[in-house]
Amino acid sequence: MFETITYDIKDGVAWLTLNRPDKLNAFIAQMNREIKDAIRSAAQDDDVRCVVITGEGRAFCSGQDLSEVTEEMDHGQVLRDHYGPMIMQIRQCEKPIIAAINGVAAGAGFSLALACDFRLISERASLMNAFIHVGLIPDSGNLYYLSKLVGLAKAAELAILGEKVTAEQAVELGLALRAIEEDNWTKEVTAFSARLASMPTKAIGLIKRSLKDATNLSFEDYLEKEAQGQRIAGLTEDHREGVNAFMQKRKSEFRGR
Amino acid sequence: MSDYEFIDTTIDNQIAVIELNRPRQYNSLNRKMVSEILRAMESFDRNDDVRVILIAGKGRAFSAGADIDEMAEADPIHLELLNQFEDWDKLALIKKPVIGAVHGFVFGGGFELALCCDMLIAASGTEFSFPEVSLGVMPGAGGTQRLTKLVGKSKALEWLWTGERIQAEELLNHGVINRIVSPEVLMEEALRFAGRLTVMPPLSLRLIKDSVNKAVDYPLYEGMQYERKNFYLLFSSEDQKEGMKAFIEKRKPNYKGK
Repeated sequence: MFETITYDIKDGVAWLTLNRPDKLNAFIAQMNREIKDAIRSAAQDDDVRCVVITGEGRAFCSGQDLSEVTEEMDHGQVLRDHYGPMIMQIRQCEKPIIAAINGVAAGAGFSLALACDFRLISERASLMNAFIHVGLIPDSGNLYYLSKLVGLAKAAELAILGEKVTAEQAVELGLALRAIEEDNWTKEVTAFSARLASMPTKAIGLIKRSLKDATNLSFEDYLEKEAQGQRIAGLTEDHREGVNAFMQKRKSEFRGR
Repeated sequence: MSDYEFIDTTIDNQIAVIELNRPRQYNSLNRKMVSEILRAMESFDRNDDVRVILIAGKGRAFSAGADIDEMAEADPIHLELLNQFEDWDKLALIKKPVIGAVHGFVFGGGFELALCCDMLIAASGTEFSFPEVSLGVMPGAGGTQRLTKLVGKSKALEWLWTGERIQAEELLNHGVINRIVSPEVLMEEALRFAGRLTVMPPLSLRLIKDSVNKAVDYPLYEGMQYERKNFYLLFSSEDQKEGMKAFIEKRKPNYKGK
């Protein structure tokens, strides 16, 4: 069904793997579309409780495939038609999404990672806002997320100087949750995704909603949305399970409902 | 109350709920459905057990618009004689508060039905649009008039000409909808708000609605005179005496709608 990515569901985790390894998983329009479709499918699938986005081969994603860029290309329209819808689909997804940055994430590949909820980064990987090196600006929501993650000063530095950020620096900046040794990569990414997939999925979705509200709403409106969110969470089976497990002094078994 | 084919109705705690019930067609509005909505509203308007009317849609959308199949072959003389919009005109004459609780898609005729409500509560993520233009026609049940009165000419033209999808947040900013709530609690929140109105004096709500609607169309001076007559009229109600007495006695009023 997909040609530029692979999509597999295992133990409640949807693995979305960018699969153009000979092109360092660079974006072409078809890949934008396939990522969007896969994320939508994961969002609607009750069996999916966590999504991992990663890359096949030695790169995570090197950004736009420059061999597709032509003289006549309207860069704005490409964003409206291809990158915007993909990033919006990720933003609307209420399941937790991990960017498992196995190798270089440059340009829109960096943006893709920023749009996720968690970034795990391999020690051999690096991040780079490479847009400036070809006379463009960071796109696909890049600076929206980056400025919130690292503050305006650091975001300006990364966007304008376009220097490489090592895995270690990414963790220091708060851009990545954890840097992982290459030998432990698969094991640790799998364990982290399994952990998220065993959590109260609905509550995670509501937390993601609240975090968006926290930047969009006035405090008064936020408190009202928070009350609605807690009402919704309070009706879930996982809430009851959590309370029962606590009372019975046992480990909770959340089912994502 | 189940003699309706395309809607469901219930009355609970003085709130009448009308639910559009053609979920497989995304509640597209055929003529019978509109006439059932009107019939239900008129009966609730006269029913002393009802203080507020709530309208919502079952399934994934409030309403995706008019039933195109019904109109594809229409000719002008047939439409004139059919006079289907008479039902729509009458929807605007309902005296009790009408609250719309909308979600999913609110398109075309569905949007016009929503604009017939006095207040709108929308689930987050709800999309609105007037797509008629892309079918070679235009709204015919008040869309160009009610939307323009709410948001002004420039924005109304933009939305009516392009047929583009309008996000709930944008309509909130333009004062078309009153609030946005999480989809999971749409009905709960709409009922909660309606519940606040059920304890208010019904005659006041009724004459406030009457006066505010006049403000939309009347010159200010005439509107002021109209308001004054309604204001004076309320002093002949039992509820006015109860309201002011309760205020003096520092207790909660108990309004009877008389």
